[in-house]
Amino acid sequence: MRLPDILRFARDAATGYPVRTALSVLAMAIGVAAVVLLTALGDGARRYVVGQFSSLGSNLVIVLPGRTGTGGFNPATAITNTPRDLTIDDAGALRRAPAVHRVAPLAVGTSEINFGGRLREVMVAGTTRDYFAIRDFDLAQGDALPEEDWNRGSAVAVIGATIRAELFGSAPAVGQLVRIGDRRVRIVGVLKSTGQGLGMNTDELVIVPVAFAQAMFNSNTLFRVLVEARSRDAIPQARDQTLTILTQRHRGEEDVTVITQDAVLATFDKLLGALTLAVAGIAAISLAVAGILVMNVMLVAVTQRTGEIGLLKALGAPARTIRLAFLTEAAMLSAVGALLGYLLGQLGAFALRQIFPIFPAYPPDWAVIAGLSTAIGTGLLFGFLPARRAARLDPVQALMKH
Amino acid sequence: MALIELSGIERRFQLGDTTVRALAGLDLSISAGEYVAVMGPSGSGKSTLLNLLGLLDRPNAGSYRLEGRDVTTLSADEQAQVRSTRIGFVFQSFHLVPRLTAAENIALPMMLAGIARSERDRRVTEALKNFGLDQRADHKPDQLSGGQRQRVAIARATIMQPALILADEPTGNLDRHTGEEVVNLLEALNASGVTLVVVTHDPQMGERARRQLVMEDGRLKHDSAAHAPA
Repeated sequence: MRLPDILRFARDAATGYPVRTALSVLAMAIGVAAVVLLTALGDGARRYVVGQFSSLGSNLVIVLPGRTGTGGFNPATAITNTPRDLTIDDAGALRRAPAVHRVAPLAVGTSEINFGGRLREVMVAGTTRDYFAIRDFDLAQGDALPEEDWNRGSAVAVIGATIRAELFGSAPAVGQLVRIGDRRVRIVGVLKSTGQGLGMNTDELVIVPVAFAQAMFNSNTLFRVLVEARSRDAIPQARDQTLTILTQRHRGEEDVTVITQDAVLATFDKLLGALTLAVAGIAAISLAVAGILVMNVMLVAVTQRTGEIGLLKALGAPARTIRLAFLTEAAMLSAVGALLGYLLGQLGAFALRQIFPIFPAYPPDWAVIAGLSTAIGTGLLFGFLPARRAARLDPVQALMKH
Repeated sequence: MALIELSGIERRFQLGDTTVRALAGLDLSISAGEYVAVMGPSGSGKSTLLNLLGLLDRPNAGSYRLEGRDVTTLSADEQAQVRSTRIGFVFQSFHLVPRLTAAENIALPMMLAGIARSERDRRVTEALKNFGLDQRADHKPDQLSGGQRQRVAIARATIMQPALILADEPTGNLDRHTGEEVVNLLEALNASGVTLVVVTHDPQMGERARRQLVMEDGRLKHDSAAHAPA
C-alpha cells in the first residue's frame, strides 16, 4: 500500500467517527497545551528574576560588611553589627585595583523629605557619581551627583520620579531647596521613571553624596560597595583583588563578604530552571494520560472495525499494512492533538503576556519540542498495541463480526 | 491442469471439551473455468471449505494446491499476496466499508496492492460502467440498494482479475429478483473464464451450477462430476 493511500485511509477512518476522534484529539491537545503553558509560566518567572538582577548593572562585584551576611539586598541588614566598619576610604582604596573599572560606595537609611509643607518618608541612598553609571540610571532632568571628594559630601540630592511628582507636581524640581531630615538640600537632578530595581524602588529614592548621608545617619559604615569589573572576564580578578585590598586594610582580617552578581544570577537561574523542569514533568503526566486515551480509542476502533479488518485481510492486505494503517491513525490523532495543543498553549501564553506585560511568559523551545515529541511518541507507543491486535485478528472470525 | 486440488484435508475445531471435525479427509479437484455450487445443511462444513479455499483458514492436515502450487505451507503474508492477486470474495452481507464511496470500495483491493492512482481510476471507471454503477460512483453504501451493494462487491472481487471467485451465499440478503440479477452477473463472469465457487442454501441457485457438491458432516456426500462422463 502506498504512503499517500495509507494516510488518506487513516484520515478517513479517523474522521468516520468524529466524536471519538475529537475527544482523543482534545485530550492530547490539553496535555500539550498544559506543557506549553506551564513551562511558559516557569520560564517566564526565571526570565523575570534574571531580568531584575540584570537591571542592577553589569559586571558587578558586591562587597558586604561582615563574614556572615550573604543575604540579599534588604536594607534591614544595614543595621548589623560588624567587626569592622566598611568605610568610604575602603571603597576609595578599591579604585586602585587594576581589574576594577568603577567603584560606588553605598550607605542607606530612611529619612523624611519636606518641601512646601509636604512631607513624606523616603529611602535615602548615599553614594557617588559613579553609582549612576554602574546602575545605568538615566536622568529625566538636571544632572547626577557632582564629581567631588568622597569625604566631602555637598548638600545636593537627586530624587526619584514619584517623589518629584508628589512634592513638586508639575512645578520644576531642579534647583529647589528641600529639607531632608534636618538638613537643607538642593535638588540637582531627577531620575527617569523605571519602576524596577530589586529591593529598592528607584522612583521613590533620594540619592545624596555618601559622606552627607553618613553624617545625616551618624554612621561610619557602608551598606554595600558596588564594584564594577573592567569586563565580564575580569569579574573573578576584580573579586580577588577587592578581597585582598580589603583584607590588607582590615589588618589581615577577612571580615567582608564579596559576591558576584553572576553567582547570584546563576543560583536563581538554576533554581527556577529546575522549577520549570518540574512543572514540565507534571504536565507530561497529562500527556501520558492522553496517550493512554488514544490507545483506548484505538482499541475501541479495532473492536468496532473488526469486520473491516477481516475484509482487508480477505482482500489481500498483509499484517504489516493493517498494522501501519492503525498506527498511522493513532499517530494522526496524536499529531493533530499535539498541534492543536501547541496553538492553544501559545494562545494562553499570549493571553498571559497581554494581561501581565511585565511577565515574559514565553514557552522555552526545549519544552515545546519535548512536549510535541512526547505527544506523538506516546501516541505511537500506545497505538502500537491496538495496531498489533488488529493485525493479528483471525480473518475468519473477523469477517463473521459485521 | 486442475485449478484447485485438495487431498486429505482435515479441519478440526476445539469447542470446549469436544473436537468438531468440520472437514474430514476431503479430496476435491476443481478445474479452471468451472462453475461449482457447494450445498448442504448448516454445520456441514461448506463455509469452512470456502474459507480454506480462500486461504483465510489453514487445514490441520492435508494439502491444498492452487494452480499447481502448494499454498498450505506459505507464510501468512505470502497467502495474503495470493488472495490479493488470484482470489476474489463475495459475501452474503456484502462487506462494504461504510465510510468509502462505491468507487473507493471497488478500488480498495488495488489500493492495498499498491497500484498507482491513475491505473486504479481507469479500472474503476471501467468496472463501474460494466456493472451499471456509473451513476452511483460517489454514493456511500448506505445510499445504495441491496442489489447495487452486491454489484459493488462483485466489482471489487473482480477488479484484480482473479482466477477464482468465492461467493458465500451471494443472494442470501437479496430478494428473488435482485438475487437473480446478481447470479446472472456471476455467471457472466464465469462465462468469461473465471472459476466460480458458490456456497448456497438455495436449491434453485445450486441447480444452475454446472457442478454440484453436497456436503454433510465434513464430507462430500454427493459430487455431480463423479457421475458425469469423464
